Amino acid sequence: MSIFVAVQSDDFCLASEYSELRRNAACGAIVTFSGLVRELHDTVLHGMTLEHYPGMTEQALNRIATDALNHWQLAAVHIIHRVGRLKPNEQIVFVGVASAHRAAAFAACEFIMDYLKNRAPFWKKEHTAEGDYWVEAKASDQQALARWE
Amino acid sequence: MIKILFFAALRERLDCEQYLLSCESNTLNVASVLSQLQSRCQNWQQELSRTDLLCALNQQLVPLTASVQDGDELAFFPPVTGG
Repeated sequence: MSIFVAVQSDDFCLASEYSELRRNAACGAIVTFSGLVRELHDTVLHGMTLEHYPGMTEQALNRIATDALNHWQLAAVHIIHRVGRLKPNEQIVFVGVASAHRAAAFAACEFIMDYLKNRAPFWKKEHTAEGDYWVEAKASDQQALARWE
Repeated sequence: MIKILFFAALRERLDCEQYLLSCESNTLNVASVLSQLQSRCQNWQQELSRTDLLCALNQQLVPLTASVQDGDELAFFPPVTGG
């Protein structure tokens, strides 16, 4: 079982992460998720800035990955989250889970994203044609945790 | 001293990134620290009374009842929005 966590300003490469996850011979399934900077419906988005709490962020992501490993039989968990200024369509977050069978990999990937959205100290500020705005937390993200508790 | 950090929208609204509070009591908890900070001015009173405020003690999320000691790092911030 291995955990890889990174908080970085640099972009990440899906193919490289996938290759890393494939290294474990016990792995029969890999599920990956990537989150991107999405356009807004009501105004033009120039980009966003991701702020975080250095130190706590890495600890929170490691804790979430460890919790996933304790719930399911997994071969590897990779979590990468970018910080700093990002443009529309850029990659923000990557979660990759390798396991023997697909059910565990699908479930663990969703579990990790649900907890990351609610527990990891990141904050998004959108830069739009009408000004800069901090993104408000969504009740639906909070409600998503209920299925794991 | 207790090192207090503020993040994101809260940091901007308080116009403060870091605040040092001298620790004069052995029976502090997060709520009592918050109360001292709120008493600084009307803006801090308002911003630090928000019910959705989150708190981390030494980089772990904690409730307002958590005990605080000299040398601790305390952080207050709005609900997180990563991912």
